[in-house]
Amino acid sequence: MSAALARPGRPRGLALDQPLIVLALLLCWQGAYAYAGSSAITSPLATIAYAASMLQQGWFWSNVGATALAFFYSLVIASLIGVLAGLGLGLWRFAGDVTEPVLAALYTIPKVTLYPLILLLFGLGLPAKVAFGVIHGVIPVTLFTLAAVKGLPPVLLRSARAMRLSPRQTLLHVLAPAVLPEIFTGLRVGFSLTLLGVLIGEMFASQKGMGFLILNGINLHNVKLTTAVVLIVVVTAILANAGLLAADKRLRRQR
Amino acid sequence: MSRGRAVLASRVGLIVGSIALLEILCRTGVINPLTLLPPSEMAVAMVNLLASGKVAPDIERTFSTVAIAFALSVVVGIAAGAVLHAIPRLRRALDPLLASYYAVPFFVFYPVLVAFFGLNEMPLVAIGFAAAMVAMAISTLNGLDRVPPVLIKVARMHRLGRLRTLFLVVVPAAAASLMTGMKLALAYAFISIIAGEFILSGKGLGYQIAYAYNSFDNKTMYGLMLFVLLVATAMNSLLHMWEQRLLRRRSRA
Repeated sequence: MSAALARPGRPRGLALDQPLIVLALLLCWQGAYAYAGSSAITSPLATIAYAASMLQQGWFWSNVGATALAFFYSLVIASLIGVLAGLGLGLWRFAGDVTEPVLAALYTIPKVTLYPLILLLFGLGLPAKVAFGVIHGVIPVTLFTLAAVKGLPPVLLRSARAMRLSPRQTLLHVLAPAVLPEIFTGLRVGFSLTLLGVLIGEMFASQKGMGFLILNGINLHNVKLTTAVVLIVVVTAILANAGLLAADKRLRRQR
Repeated sequence: MSRGRAVLASRVGLIVGSIALLEILCRTGVINPLTLLPPSEMAVAMVNLLASGKVAPDIERTFSTVAIAFALSVVVGIAAGAVLHAIPRLRRALDPLLASYYAVPFFVFYPVLVAFFGLNEMPLVAIGFAAAMVAMAISTLNGLDRVPPVLIKVARMHRLGRLRTLFLVVVPAAAASLMTGMKLALAYAFISIIAGEFILSGKGLGYQIAYAYNSFDNKTMYGLMLFVLLVATAMNSLLHMWEQRLLRRRSRA
């Protein structure tokens, strides 16, 4: 979806633009604080100060660790299943045509409703969180990989045949470089959605992790905690995504 | 056409087969019936639930919330996409924000929104709107980017005014992308509103599912889950068909 966001070949604008956007967001936040008061949200300064003090505490890092572990497992599982399924369905055209709309439909169902089922199957704790992350992330990875293989220009395979490349050479030197950027985009989207899934999973199915801290803060009306954890999660998600986006663009330029 | 029919037949076969397999696994006890109801019983539970009218207010609540959020996000999303398209500098500055937007789990802002709007459906509308609007704006941008420059030139040759260029040339050329945006917007609004109801609400389908789960009422829970799945799938397939038709029309042009 965001693949076509940036138009290539434009000069970089003033370096001031992005700090200005951040400033505008901070002002909105301050405005929200002024309007709603400290029973709903803490001010930017107070939140950053509290977040900084949290970063020095052990309990915070053990929660970060719990989320990171669950996220790591989910991402590995979702990527492996997604890429393999996408490659298989892309190469076997018939199966791809049969399943693609089904997958697209599965992608649009509210997966939160499946949460009771996941809990009944996996119980509370790490497996349920991982499963939640996987069901959020696996379908976009599959769909992007499938689209990458399906959209492969036929001329590439024909030239590979004309040059009498062996199947191994074709795979390594033609197929892989052609589909890699697209698959990477899929993994980037999968990354975000898996994180989302793990956080939602932690809100219900866990006694630990960032999602749990947020929900705990909501339930105890600990606004300071909720706002600080939300800030840390949001900043981390945006930074990670920006890094992946930069790598994504580099991959595409190489081609 | 025979291949198309084979694909369709296999797809139906796949779906029916999966449901039948689930039914058999449940009936033979491979899957604990306390964990998962057989699909046939889910369907019966759903029909009974709908016929009893017990959840009618919740259905109405959820759908009206989704409808408001969807309508708002389409209008604002198209406007935002058009503005960003017209001001490249703003677009470039906002680009990282847009690209990372869906990496942020927004329903965590729900408590803030409750404090803003009070405990009614407005916070949920806001959540659905936040989830759907950006997808609509991004799709609008994509659509506007892909209007072939030659069409604009032709419009200028015919001396069409701005409005007529917009409605006779730009909108039809971008229609497929706009449709994609609406499809995403509807799905995202639905997903996030159900999720919001699930977490913190006293009404709506999401709340009822959570309530049924907490009170071990498997029949209501699975009946409602099936209903939500069917509605989401039906909405999505409808918009998907429409989108495909627009795409075909465009590729013919």
